[in-house]
Amino acid sequence: MAAQMARLRVTRIGEVTQVEFVDRNILDESNIQQISEELTSVVDELPTPKLLIRFSNVEHLSSAALGAMITINNRVRGKDGLLKLSEIAPQIREVFTITKLDKIFEIHDDHEDALKSFS
Amino acid sequence: MNTTGSDRSSGEFSTVVELSFDRSEIEAVQSEVARELAERGFDESAAFAVRLAIEEALVNGFRHGNGGDLTKKVRFECRINSSSICIEVIDEGPGFNPDGVPDPTHESNLETPSGRGIMLMKAYMSEVEYLPPGNRVRMSYHRTPA
Repeated sequence: MAAQMARLRVTRIGEVTQVEFVDRNILDESNIQQISEELTSVVDELPTPKLLIRFSNVEHLSSAALGAMITINNRVRGKDGLLKLSEIAPQIREVFTITKLDKIFEIHDDHEDALKSFS
Repeated sequence: MNTTGSDRSSGEFSTVVELSFDRSEIEAVQSEVARELAERGFDESAAFAVRLAIEEALVNGFRHGNGGDLTKKVRFECRINSSSICIEVIDEGPGFNPDGVPDPTHESNLETPSGRGIMLMKAYMSEVEYLPPGNRVRMSYHRTPA
Protein backbone atom coordinates (compact mmCIF):
# COMPACT_ATOMS: atom_id res chain seq x y z
CA MET A 1 0.00 0.00 0.00
CA ALA A 2 1.44 3.38 -0.97
CA ALA A 3 -0.08 6.80 -0.52
CA GLN A 4 1.11 10.07 -1.93
CA MET A 5 0.55 13.12 0.24
CA ALA A 6 1.61 16.65 -0.71
CA ARG A 7 5.03 16.44 0.94
CA LEU A 8 5.35 12.74 1.83
CA ARG A 9 5.19 9.33 0.19
CA VAL A 10 3.83 6.80 2.65
CA THR A 11 4.21 3.03 2.14
CA ARG A 12 3.08 0.22 4.40
CA ILE A 13 5.63 -2.63 4.61
CA GLY A 14 4.23 -5.28 6.96
CA GLU A 15 3.84 -3.60 10.34
CA VAL A 16 6.14 -0.74 9.40
CA THR A 17 4.92 2.51 7.94
CA GLN A 18 7.63 3.96 5.74
CA VAL A 19 7.74 7.65 4.96
CA GLU A 20 9.82 9.39 2.27
CA PHE A 21 10.07 13.10 1.62
CA VAL A 22 9.00 14.58 -1.69
CA ASP A 23 11.39 17.53 -1.21
CA ARG A 24 15.17 17.42 -1.50
CA ASN A 25 15.47 20.53 0.66
CA ILE A 26 13.50 20.68 3.91
CA LEU A 27 13.95 24.37 4.66
CA ASP A 28 10.82 26.30 3.88
CA GLU A 29 8.74 26.99 6.99
CA SER A 30 5.40 26.38 5.30
CA ASN A 31 6.67 23.09 3.84
CA ILE A 32 7.96 22.01 7.24
CA GLN A 33 4.60 22.89 8.76
CA GLN A 34 2.90 20.77 6.12
CA ILE A 35 5.34 17.89 6.68
CA SER A 36 4.56 18.06 10.41
CA GLU A 37 0.83 17.96 9.78
CA GLU A 38 1.12 15.04 7.36
CA LEU A 39 3.40 13.08 9.72
CA THR A 40 0.98 13.78 12.57
CA SER A 41 -1.94 12.43 10.55
CA VAL A 42 0.08 9.29 9.70
CA VAL A 43 0.95 8.70 13.36
CA ASP A 44 -2.56 9.44 14.58
CA GLU A 45 -4.01 6.75 12.30
CA LEU A 46 -1.77 4.07 13.83
CA PRO A 47 -2.57 2.53 17.23
CA THR A 48 1.10 1.77 17.98
CA PRO A 49 3.16 3.41 15.24
CA LYS A 50 6.21 1.70 13.80
CA LEU A 51 7.48 4.50 11.66
CA LEU A 52 10.56 4.55 9.42
CA ILE A 53 11.50 7.92 7.90
CA ARG A 54 13.85 7.62 4.92
CA PHE A 55 16.15 10.56 4.15
CA SER A 56 17.61 9.07 0.97
CA ASN A 57 16.70 12.03 -1.26
CA VAL A 58 17.22 14.83 1.29
CA GLU A 59 20.14 17.19 0.58
CA HIS A 60 19.52 20.06 2.99
CA LEU A 61 17.54 20.57 6.15
CA SER A 62 17.28 23.29 8.77
CA SER A 63 16.92 23.37 12.53
CA ALA A 64 13.17 23.84 11.99
CA ALA A 65 13.09 20.47 10.21
CA LEU A 66 14.96 18.90 13.14
CA GLY A 67 12.31 20.39 15.41
CA ALA A 68 9.59 18.72 13.35
CA MET A 69 11.36 15.35 13.72
CA ILE A 70 11.59 15.81 17.50
CA THR A 71 7.92 16.72 17.75
CA ILE A 72 6.86 13.66 15.78
CA ASN A 73 9.22 11.45 17.80
CA ASN A 74 7.59 12.68 21.02
CA ARG A 75 4.16 11.93 19.52
CA VAL A 76 5.19 8.40 18.45
CA ARG A 77 6.65 7.66 21.87
CA GLY A 78 3.48 8.97 23.47
CA LYS A 79 1.70 6.09 21.73
CA ASP A 80 4.38 3.55 22.78
CA GLY A 81 5.51 3.43 19.18
CA LEU A 82 8.90 3.39 17.48
CA LEU A 83 10.39 5.98 15.13
CA LYS A 84 13.58 5.20 13.24
CA LEU A 85 15.48 7.14 10.57
CA SER A 86 17.49 5.77 7.67
CA GLU A 87 19.76 6.65 4.74
CA ILE A 88 20.79 10.06 5.97
CA ALA A 89 23.48 11.65 3.75
CA PRO A 90 26.83 12.10 5.56
CA GLN A 91 26.58 15.89 5.70
CA ILE A 92 23.11 15.75 7.25
CA ARG A 93 24.13 12.89 9.53
CA GLU A 94 26.77 15.27 10.88
CA VAL A 95 24.00 17.76 11.76
CA PHE A 96 22.37 15.06 13.89
CA THR A 97 25.74 14.34 15.53
CA ILE A 98 26.56 18.01 16.24
CA THR A 99 23.14 18.59 17.80
CA LYS A 100 23.43 15.26 19.67
CA LEU A 101 20.08 14.23 18.22
CA ASP A 102 21.70 10.92 17.29
CA LYS A 103 21.20 10.17 21.02
CA ILE A 104 17.42 10.29 20.75
CA PHE A 105 16.97 8.95 17.21
CA GLU A 106 17.85 5.43 16.10
CA ILE A 107 19.55 5.97 12.74
CA HIS A 108 20.31 3.22 10.21
CA ASP A 109 22.56 3.59 7.19
CA ASP A 110 20.77 0.83 5.31
CA HIS A 111 17.08 0.66 4.49
CA GLU A 112 16.80 -3.14 4.81
CA ASP A 113 18.59 -3.12 8.16
CA ALA A 114 16.21 -0.44 9.37
CA LEU A 115 13.16 -2.48 8.37
CA LYS A 116 14.55 -5.65 10.00
CA SER A 117 15.25 -3.77 13.23
CA PHE A 118 11.52 -3.36 13.88
CA SER A 119 10.91 -7.12 14.09
CA MET B 1 18.74 49.08 -0.80
CA ASN B 2 19.97 46.26 -2.99
CA THR B 3 23.46 46.35 -4.47
CA THR B 4 25.53 43.57 -5.92
CA GLY B 5 28.94 43.75 -7.48
CA SER B 6 32.05 41.87 -8.41
CA ASP B 7 35.50 43.41 -8.54
CA ARG B 8 37.23 41.44 -11.27
CA SER B 9 40.74 42.66 -10.36
CA SER B 10 40.51 41.48 -6.73
CA GLY B 11 38.08 38.64 -7.42
CA GLU B 12 35.83 39.89 -4.63
CA PHE B 13 32.07 39.63 -4.77
CA SER B 14 29.81 41.68 -2.55
CA THR B 15 26.09 42.05 -2.14
CA VAL B 16 23.69 43.96 0.10
CA VAL B 17 20.04 42.94 -0.07
CA GLU B 18 16.95 43.96 1.89
CA LEU B 19 14.88 40.78 2.12
CA SER B 20 11.22 40.13 2.84
CA PHE B 21 10.18 36.92 4.60
CA ASP B 22 9.60 35.19 1.31
CA ARG B 23 11.06 31.82 0.32
CA SER B 24 11.81 32.90 -3.24
CA GLU B 25 13.91 35.85 -1.99
CA ILE B 26 15.83 33.63 0.43
CA GLU B 27 16.43 31.05 -2.32
CA ALA B 28 17.66 33.77 -4.70
CA VAL B 29 20.27 34.85 -2.14
CA GLN B 30 21.26 31.22 -1.44
CA SER B 31 21.66 30.47 -5.15
CA GLU B 32 23.76 33.57 -5.76
CA VAL B 33 26.09 32.80 -2.84
CA ALA B 34 26.39 29.14 -3.91
CA ARG B 35 27.29 30.20 -7.44
CA GLU B 36 29.94 32.67 -6.25
CA LEU B 37 31.45 30.08 -3.89
CA ALA B 38 31.56 27.47 -6.67
CA GLU B 39 33.24 29.93 -9.03
CA ARG B 40 35.99 30.42 -6.44
CA GLY B 41 36.50 26.69 -5.95
CA PHE B 42 34.94 26.32 -2.49
CA ASP B 43 34.09 22.66 -1.98
CA GLU B 44 30.77 20.98 -1.23
CA SER B 45 31.27 20.98 2.54
CA ALA B 46 31.88 24.75 2.50
CA ALA B 47 28.76 25.28 0.40
CA PHE B 48 26.72 23.11 2.79
CA ALA B 49 28.04 24.98 5.85
CA VAL B 50 27.41 28.42 4.42
CA ARG B 51 23.95 27.52 3.13
CA LEU B 52 22.92 26.16 6.52
CA ALA B 53 24.29 29.17 8.41
CA ILE B 54 22.59 31.67 6.07
CA GLU B 55 19.30 29.76 6.36
CA GLU B 56 19.41 29.76 10.15
CA ALA B 57 20.49 33.41 10.42
CA LEU B 58 17.81 34.66 8.03
CA VAL B 59 14.98 32.61 9.55
CA ASN B 60 16.07 33.67 13.05
CA GLY B 61 16.04 37.29 11.87
CA PHE B 62 12.56 37.05 10.42
CA ARG B 63 10.99 34.73 12.98
CA HIS B 64 12.59 35.81 16.26
CA GLY B 65 14.21 39.20 15.50
CA ASN B 66 11.30 40.69 13.58
CA GLY B 67 8.82 38.62 15.56
CA GLY B 68 7.24 37.26 12.37
CA ASP B 69 6.10 40.78 11.36
CA LEU B 70 5.91 40.45 7.57
CA THR B 71 6.21 44.23 7.08
CA LYS B 72 9.74 44.13 8.50
CA LYS B 73 12.85 43.36 6.48
CA VAL B 74 16.10 41.55 7.11
CA ARG B 75 19.24 43.02 5.61
CA PHE B 76 21.73 40.53 4.18
CA GLU B 77 25.31 41.61 3.50
CA CYS B 78 27.90 39.29 2.03
CA ARG B 79 31.47 39.52 0.80
CA ILE B 80 33.26 36.61 -0.82
CA ASN B 81 36.88 36.40 -1.90
CA SER B 82 39.13 33.50 -2.81
CA SER B 83 39.70 32.43 0.80
CA SER B 84 36.68 33.45 2.84
CA ILE B 85 33.08 34.54 3.02
CA CYS B 86 31.85 37.19 5.45
CA ILE B 87 28.14 37.59 6.15
CA GLU B 88 26.08 40.00 8.20
CA VAL B 89 22.38 39.57 8.85
CA ILE B 90 20.55 42.47 10.47
CA ASP B 91 16.92 42.39 11.56
CA GLU B 92 14.63 45.22 12.66
CA GLY B 93 14.01 43.81 16.13
CA PRO B 94 15.21 45.06 19.52
CA GLY B 95 17.95 42.43 19.76
CA PHE B 96 18.52 39.70 22.33
CA ASN B 97 21.17 38.18 24.55
CA PRO B 98 22.61 35.18 22.66
CA ASP B 99 24.25 33.94 25.89
CA GLY B 100 20.75 33.51 27.33
CA VAL B 101 19.80 30.82 24.80
CA PRO B 102 19.81 27.39 26.49
CA ASP B 103 22.31 24.80 25.27
CA PRO B 104 20.22 22.57 22.98
CA THR B 105 22.68 19.69 23.38
CA HIS B 106 22.15 19.53 27.15
CA GLU B 107 20.46 16.27 28.11
CA SER B 108 17.37 18.09 29.41
CA ASN B 109 16.91 20.05 26.14
CA LEU B 110 17.43 17.26 23.60
CA GLU B 111 13.72 16.71 23.13
CA THR B 112 12.88 20.40 22.85
CA PRO B 113 11.94 21.09 19.21
CA SER B 114 13.51 24.56 18.92
CA GLY B 115 16.71 26.43 19.77
CA ARG B 116 19.31 24.78 17.51
CA GLY B 117 19.84 27.51 14.90
CA ILE B 118 22.57 29.48 16.66
CA MET B 119 24.51 26.39 17.68
CA LEU B 120 24.45 25.11 14.08
CA MET B 121 25.74 28.46 12.81
CA LYS B 122 28.56 28.31 15.37
CA ALA B 123 29.34 24.69 14.52
CA TYR B 124 29.57 25.24 10.77
CA MET B 125 31.10 28.71 10.48
CA SER B 126 34.64 29.74 11.49
CA GLU B 127 33.41 32.74 13.51
CA VAL B 128 29.98 33.88 14.68
CA GLU B 129 29.46 37.08 16.65
CA TYR B 130 26.27 38.88 17.72
CA LEU B 131 26.75 42.63 17.84
CA PRO B 132 24.85 44.71 20.45
CA PRO B 133 21.95 44.98 20.92
CA GLY B 134 21.79 41.52 19.33
CA ASN B 135 19.91 42.22 16.12
CA ARG B 136 23.03 41.91 13.96
CA VAL B 137 24.96 38.68 13.50
CA ARG B 138 28.33 38.69 11.78
CA MET B 139 29.81 35.39 10.69
CA SER B 140 32.61 34.18 8.50
CA TYR B 141 33.87 31.00 6.92
CA HIS B 142 37.55 30.61 6.09
CA ARG B 143 38.63 28.07 3.56
CA THR B 144 41.01 25.47 4.98
CA PRO B 145 44.34 25.66 3.10
CA ALA B 146 44.82 22.62 0.83
